[in-house]
Amino acid sequence: MSDHEQVTGVGAYVVVFLALMVLTSLTVGAAFVDLGPFNDVVALAIAFTKATLVVLIFMHVRHASRLTKITVVAGFLWLLILFGITLTDYFSRGFLG
Amino acid sequence: MSAEPTGRTHYLNADYGVKSWLLTIDHKRIAILYLISITVFFALGGLMAVLMRLELATPVGDMVQPDTYNRLFTMHGVLMVFFFLLPSIPAVLGNFLLPLMIGAKDLAFPKINLASWYIYSIGGLFTLWSMLHGGVDTGWTFYTPFSTAFSNTYVISTAVGVFITGFSSILTGLNFIVTIHRMRAPGLTWFRLPLFVWAHYATSLVMVLGTPVLAITIFLLGLERLFHIGIFDPALGGDPVLFQPMGWVYSHPAVYILVLPSMGVVSEIVTAFSRKRIFGYKFVAYASVAIAVLGFLVWGHHMFVSSQSPYAGVIFSFLSMLVAVPSAIKVFNWTATLYEGSISWDTPMLYALGFIGLFTIGGLTGVMLATLGIDIHVHDTYFVVAHFHYIMVGGALMGYLGGMHFWWPKITGRMYPIFWSKLSALVIFIGFNLTFLPQFLLGYLGMPRRYHAYPEDFQVLNVMSSAGASILGIGYLIPLVYFIWSMRYGKRAEDNPWDAFGLEWETSSPPPTHNFLETPTVSLEAYDYADREEKRRAAEVSASGAVEPG
Ligand SMILES: [Cu+2]
Repeated sequence: MSDHEQVTGVGAYVVVFLALMVLTSLTVGAAFVDLGPFNDVVALAIAFTKATLVVLIFMHVRHASRLTKITVVAGFLWLLILFGITLTDYFSRGFLG
Repeated sequence: MSAEPTGRTHYLNADYGVKSWLLTIDHKRIAILYLISITVFFALGGLMAVLMRLELATPVGDMVQPDTYNRLFTMHGVLMVFFFLLPSIPAVLGNFLLPLMIGAKDLAFPKINLASWYIYSIGGLFTLWSMLHGGVDTGWTFYTPFSTAFSNTYVISTAVGVFITGFSSILTGLNFIVTIHRMRAPGLTWFRLPLFVWAHYATSLVMVLGTPVLAITIFLLGLERLFHIGIFDPALGGDPVLFQPMGWVYSHPAVYILVLPSMGVVSEIVTAFSRKRIFGYKFVAYASVAIAVLGFLVWGHHMFVSSQSPYAGVIFSFLSMLVAVPSAIKVFNWTATLYEGSISWDTPMLYALGFIGLFTIGGLTGVMLATLGIDIHVHDTYFVVAHFHYIMVGGALMGYLGGMHFWWPKITGRMYPIFWSKLSALVIFIGFNLTFLPQFLLGYLGMPRRYHAYPEDFQVLNVMSSAGASILGIGYLIPLVYFIWSMRYGKRAEDNPWDAFGLEWETSSPPPTHNFLETPTVSLEAYDYADREEKRRAAEVSASGAVEPG
């Protein structure tokens, strides 16, 4: 727990910050290219990458204990389940016409 | 370890005066503070129920105005759910027993524990204030759009009371989780924990994960009612049905906040009075966690007729029925524990057996309600009312009373009168069934809930229900009287009056302020009555062997 500072140096933060900036401009850029439904896919993929960087490096999860890692993964899994079940309602409302 | 009648210092006589109680950080004293507060709220909520059942004794609405009746059932629900049932077992018995059961001196955060009681009390005062100024008429679920756009009663102040109280629940849950992770006595591995502790761990997860959703929902309700920000009102761009999934993502798991600890109590009592290790320890332990997790995935079963897609309804129906699996595991395992046990019929056992029967009825009617076709027929009728009272009163409350009777000697160092306590269990069981069995029939015949008048055909069943409620009321008064009586006049209790298994029975009754004079170590599995018996015999043999030669 106490060795966070040793493992993640300032350099790593700067690199991640630059990567986040690059990815942000990529998102903006991609919005101008018409990929049909894949615009959403690209935007979400970039957002996912950025969130992963933030969680792993800025939030120190990369060097955290296994319990912390499991808690983080479980949190996202949970969100996925809740969204998923909610969408069963949203997507199937039109089925009956 | 004999109980010294006089001169021994314990948590009750370590300090005197109002300040020593209101500023205490002893988990045992905080449990007593909670006990007193929830008893007051229970009495108030019970009074509302009495007035409702009086009104419903005749088909015409002749005793109270329709508006008054709406306020009565709303305040009954709000007080009973948020201010009695939710804190009942966790904040009283859990608070008192968790550190004792795991061999710790206190909870991990004693000051946060005290803060949780103050937060609870402030929330309670808000709600009482609203009640005295005329109350609220939305039903305990605060459904929109009625609660945001139409009701002209004290919605906001009551909701604020509930909002505030929610934080006491979160703090209690947090405290329990950390305590169970970090403060177990040497040798007390996860699978040696009493099932009461497992149940409270699962409950705490629900408290910590679910209650913030309630807070958010109430916050949004307040935003719209006060500042007309469109969340639920279609005229402002909102969606009135949105309130229902948000509300039930908390409120369904909340039912498990009440019933899981009760199941934990029943596991302790059933093993103690069968003198047996519980059948399928790990299954019972994991079933608690499974119930806690599945509870979050079933909110849609409250929305089968609320414009939810019928296909989503099928999924929610299936998920709701899944909850029956871990619940049934518990019921079967308790039953299997009884099998070939040497059963004694002490008062806690009577309550625990009452729990098993009544919870089973409540659970099975829950499966009926999870069935789409049946739910459409009985939706919003007395069938639903009867179902959830079998869970909340027949289940949660029976378990709470069973636990109170089981640990009362530990809490106060006094015994209550045996005859009266057994009588109370019987009266409550009879009164409860007479109150709520007729309501299943009424609901099935089509009597809607939340009306102060009804067609004459329903009167016989309603009179039965009202009569049952009177018996039930007397059943609750009896323990109240003898518990208070016993604190002064009751026979002094031994350290382990039931000869039960568990660390809480190894310290004195009542326990010293820091629970144990020296930190205990654990070398046996939970409820290992057979092994303990063997060890005792071995100890006797070696003791007599040591004496004889000399
Ligand atoms: Cu539910």
